Amino acid sequence: MSMGMSKIVKTVSSVVFPFIVIYGLYIIAHGHLTPGGGFQGGAVVASGCAMLLVAHGSIWTIGKIREKQLSILESTGAVAFILLALLGLVFGTVFFKNFLVGNKFLFGEIPGYLSRVANFNTGGVLPLMNFAVGLKVIAGLFAIVLVMAYATSTFKKGEMEDGKR
Amino acid sequence: MFFDNLPALAVAVPLFGAFLTPLVSKIGDRARNVFVILVMGLTTTVVFLLVNDVFTNGIQTYVFGGSYQPGETVIRIFFEVDGLSAFMAIIAVVLPLVAVIYSWGFMKKETGLDKYYTLILLMTTGMIGLVLTGDMFNFFVFLEITSISSAALVAFWVNKGKAVDAGFKYIVISTIGALFVLFAIALLYGQYDALNMAVLANSIQYTFLDKMALVLLLVALAMKAGIVPMHMWLPDAYGCAPSSVTLVLIGATQASLYGVFRVVFTLYGRELTTAVNQVSLNVLLSVFIVALALATIVVGVLMALKQSNLKRMIAFAAVAEIGYMILAVGAALSTITVDSNTGVTMLTESGEMALKGGLFHIINDALDIGLLFLVAGAIYYATRETSVNKLGGLARNMKYTTVFFLIGLLAVSGMPPMNGFASKLLIYESTYQINPILAVIAILCSILLLAVFVKVFHSVFLGPKLSVFKDTKEVPKSMLLAMGIIAIVIVFFGIFPELVVNNIVQPAADALTDMLKNGLYVKAVLGVI
Repeated sequence: MSMGMSKIVKTVSSVVFPFIVIYGLYIIAHGHLTPGGGFQGGAVVASGCAMLLVAHGSIWTIGKIREKQLSILESTGAVAFILLALLGLVFGTVFFKNFLVGNKFLFGEIPGYLSRVANFNTGGVLPLMNFAVGLKVIAGLFAIVLVMAYATSTFKKGEMEDGKR
Repeated sequence: MFFDNLPALAVAVPLFGAFLTPLVSKIGDRARNVFVILVMGLTTTVVFLLVNDVFTNGIQTYVFGGSYQPGETVIRIFFEVDGLSAFMAIIAVVLPLVAVIYSWGFMKKETGLDKYYTLILLMTTGMIGLVLTGDMFNFFVFLEITSISSAALVAFWVNKGKAVDAGFKYIVISTIGALFVLFAIALLYGQYDALNMAVLANSIQYTFLDKMALVLLLVALAMKAGIVPMHMWLPDAYGCAPSSVTLVLIGATQASLYGVFRVVFTLYGRELTTAVNQVSLNVLLSVFIVALALATIVVGVLMALKQSNLKRMIAFAAVAEIGYMILAVGAALSTITVDSNTGVTMLTESGEMALKGGLFHIINDALDIGLLFLVAGAIYYATRETSVNKLGGLARNMKYTTVFFLIGLLAVSGMPPMNGFASKLLIYESTYQINPILAVIAILCSILLLAVFVKVFHSVFLGPKLSVFKDTKEVPKSMLLAMGIIAIVIVFFGIFPELVVNNIVQPAADALTDMLKNGLYVKAVLGVI
């Protein structure tokens, strides 16, 4: 696992990777309109990253991104989520108040009664919270996979040295 | 704005702090420690303001992300804080505060501390949420938050092998317990289309499914509270976790105990006097709970006698102490009667006293056992040794720690003038009036507990100085401060028990018997009874 797989697998996974990421981001962004949301979309993106990890090996991946950077991203996502909830307390009256509903600019529109067209610019803080959760899940899940892959690759000493060479 | 949102802030502040901790720890270790203590201090302030509000103005309700009037249907995250919740919230916030102060010195040489503090703050969030929530499903969610974070903390010393085993055992037990709870919630939801505790308490019918739900909830929460015969995870978890974590774990265990009380007295409060096969529910529950309590006390004390590992010994003493609480509450349950003339449901005077004693003992146990665990941690910090047989003569090196252990010893075995005496006396007196055998067993086991700890005190602290511990020094100031805070509170509670019982315990006891008398818990949500 530490060395990665054949050239064919590496190339194909690199080609497919952007599509998986786009699909995951689509699920996150449309969380307030369609099934799915921050967690589901984040899991899709993280599985795309895990595919790259399997194809290219953990040594290559750990050279690109560190577990610590991922953990900062994860904390940022979580902090953003709670900050949005606290902003509800500041701009509204209660914790988790959807204070963006009603404004015209940022996700604030209220769709008409029995409106059949999915309007992206609705939902108030829900899309923003989906983004925050999505960021947390992408970073969190990928950090777990990365750490586990790296730990198993360094398990046998000889293997790790091969990877470094 | 600040004062209207206290119930939400009590959960939001530690949660926010938990996720900021990894970012703050990039600045430096000292900044992180100060930050965590500040967050915990702020949480404590919020909780104490909330408690004060509840004790003066009565039950507080809070709906996340919206407003409501009593009587409206609430389908949101919902908090309802009454006297019992406030009482438990005090414990749930003071223990982690002391733990993070203690950790400053105790965990200094460890790595991965950003995760450690994040988990402690998450666990605090879970415990506070658990005791403040007024919704069954939120209760399950907070139970899970507490379990997962505490399982990770139990296994914090991964390099010491046994800790992983203990953590695994804990997560398996917690998950099974949580699934039981979830199943019970599903049974209740299927019948009454509601998850709100007050709505459920108002409409519960005590059907066959309700009986199943009651059994599932009681068994699962008793398992999480470490009641014999479901206590096997507790000595491992308490013994293998770092002492600061054990202190917070005590709070988590007692939050589960809170769940038992909430289910029995509030959720099924209306049905307590319902007869099944000529035996009313309260008597049935009372026999069941008292039998478990006696088993817990006896097994806990006897197992503590034969341990040689200091932390495992204290862990078994903790098991025994939990027995005292549920003994008092179980005995109080049996005294509920319906007056045939007026139709008023009430407890006898000794029942009320037992209830107060049991609740008072919850806070006392948290302090006493907590202090003993902190002392055990201090001994481990100074000597790297946990076996009682290998320790000796430490009083000469660690004067303050010796005094703290003595205070903890006297308190846990119910000797005057410590707080343990005050609550145990209430329990002895009231259970003696209900059934003398209960009091006799309780006193006997308390004496045995004293024997256990006197033996430990003698072998660890007294005697000549051992050459191995020649260079042993007193522990850092932050650890002494943490132990000192608890010791001062113990002595204060012991000298002025009346003050504590009247101001803190009485509202909690009133909240427990509320469903039998006034139904204020339901009224706060539904508007009418």
